Amino acid sequence: MTDIAAPTPAAAAPRTRHRRPRFGRIALRWLLFAALGLFALYYLMPLFVMVTTSLKSLDEIRGGSLVALPQEVTFDAWRTAWASACTGISCEGLRPYFWNSVAMVIPAVGISLIIGAINGYVIAQWRFRGAHLIFSLMLFGCFIPFQVVLLPMARTLGILNLAGSIEGLVFVHVIYGIGFTTLFFRNYYVTIPQELVKAAKVDGAGFFRIFWSIFLPLSLPTVVVTVIWQFTQIWNDFLFGVSFSQAGTQPITVALNNIVNSTTGVKEYNVDMAAAIIAALPTLLVYVVAGKYFIRGLTAGSVKG
Amino acid sequence: MMRWLERHVPKLVLAPSFIAVLIFVYGFIAWTAWVSLTRSRLLPRYEIEGLIQYERLFDSPRWDTAITNLYIFGALFILVSMAIGLLLAILLDQHIRAEGVLRTIYLYPMALSFIVTGTAWKWVLNPGLGIEAVMRSWGFETFEFDWLVDPDLAIYTVVIAGVWQSSGFVMALFLAGLRSVDTEIIRAAQVDGIPTPRIYTAIIIPSMAPIFLSAFIVLSHLAIKSFDLVIALTGGGPGYATDLPATYMYAMAFSRGDIGQAASSAMIMMSVVFAIVVPYLYSELRGKHD
Repeated sequence: MTDIAAPTPAAAAPRTRHRRPRFGRIALRWLLFAALGLFALYYLMPLFVMVTTSLKSLDEIRGGSLVALPQEVTFDAWRTAWASACTGISCEGLRPYFWNSVAMVIPAVGISLIIGAINGYVIAQWRFRGAHLIFSLMLFGCFIPFQVVLLPMARTLGILNLAGSIEGLVFVHVIYGIGFTTLFFRNYYVTIPQELVKAAKVDGAGFFRIFWSIFLPLSLPTVVVTVIWQFTQIWNDFLFGVSFSQAGTQPITVALNNIVNSTTGVKEYNVDMAAAIIAALPTLLVYVVAGKYFIRGLTAGSVKG
Repeated sequence: MMRWLERHVPKLVLAPSFIAVLIFVYGFIAWTAWVSLTRSRLLPRYEIEGLIQYERLFDSPRWDTAITNLYIFGALFILVSMAIGLLLAILLDQHIRAEGVLRTIYLYPMALSFIVTGTAWKWVLNPGLGIEAVMRSWGFETFEFDWLVDPDLAIYTVVIAGVWQSSGFVMALFLAGLRSVDTEIIRAAQVDGIPTPRIYTAIIIPSMAPIFLSAFIVLSHLAIKSFDLVIALTGGGPGYATDLPATYMYAMAFSRGDIGQAASSAMIMMSVVFAIVVPYLYSELRGKHD
């Protein structure tokens, strides 16, 4: 499945271009840039509108235009969104839910990383009869629409006494992350020659020793991709969050939806927009800081939606 | 004993994950399938009654809307995302100086959650304050763009937001594909004086067939699962005009207390996903069997 994770664009050799008459070439070039620029505007427009709206006062929003820059920049909406916006009945802003998401995402990513690494190591390097079938079953599991496990999972969480808790959400994310984290590590570890393991075995190293001192030190690139992938998936999850949490343990996506769709009181669009940006900041930050790995994760995991 | 343990360590290490997947994926699917054959309402019941839930499902006008919407949304979402993704990839492939910046801009929506995307577009598409108001203030007094609140057109706003979110990802896939085409063949074609557009249509694009397939698989999978986007953008409304199977399932499971319906609709969703994904994964995994 690695071939979907095609080589990075930068690795491609330059392609010599077809020669055209000078004028036509310049005109085409302009056309090309105009098209690319228009698309850039299309992709940036919602972000621009979100940011500018979040910095306007409500009066300015009602009186002014969507695409106008704020005349008077105010961070009131940001303060409200963070600390006092109402999600249904409670009015504590996004702050507690932001920390809920943090408390959920850190253990969930950590645990699924460890599971993926060790599973990938076994499947790639310690092949045994049935290992391929096990791997296939795990992979197929990534593709189920989660609706099909929602009901039994809700009951199971109840039985395990994890219903409505952040631990419960961590559990769910770890379980349904197994397939993908295993895939990432497996695809990486198959590229490491098996002779290495054989040599280490001759030297008397055992299963864990080989993993610990040979494979783990080599794993940094995959660890980064897996962390980014799992972090983005779990931070952005809504379905599990809305199904398995209760007031007080909701992750930020659920709280954002509640703020935006709460029907009581005056609709504060600037607060909605500030809240949306706050909810998006962590993953956007990851994307900007580690974009290369983000894209690699996307394309490598392109078998996941 | 120690020798036995040592020999089986790999299997023992893999076992917990495997058991977890067996229970939480396959076991749970079996549970849902079972319940979909019963008269479960607020609480699950386990006496099998046959296909009554599926009959109810297909008699339900709301489910009918959900399925029709899935066709409309799925088809447009996949087609438009692929078209824009391919176009952008080809444009970016022309040795653009600002390629890195543009790629970043095209792809950033993928980092956002569907809830954020839905919230942003709900604001932009808001008839009173969004695009419609902007166009009117620019002098197009009669400009109308109220799809968001029009039951017949609201599903198309879901397409707009979905395409915005996912087309950059398709672009990234296609760009990687374009760059992996053998440059020797392309150079040979250029030496022969074949014009660039024909090189694309006759050589490059056909050789990217596998990438089209994986883009299709990913997008269709996304379309069938689409839940968050609809919830955030339209809440399934007006009425239930933008319901998709995913939102139907959720409504039945958690607000209507109709577990039987929820289970049967989930099973239909899963069948659709599996009909698309299983053959693909099967061929992928078999091809890689070494």
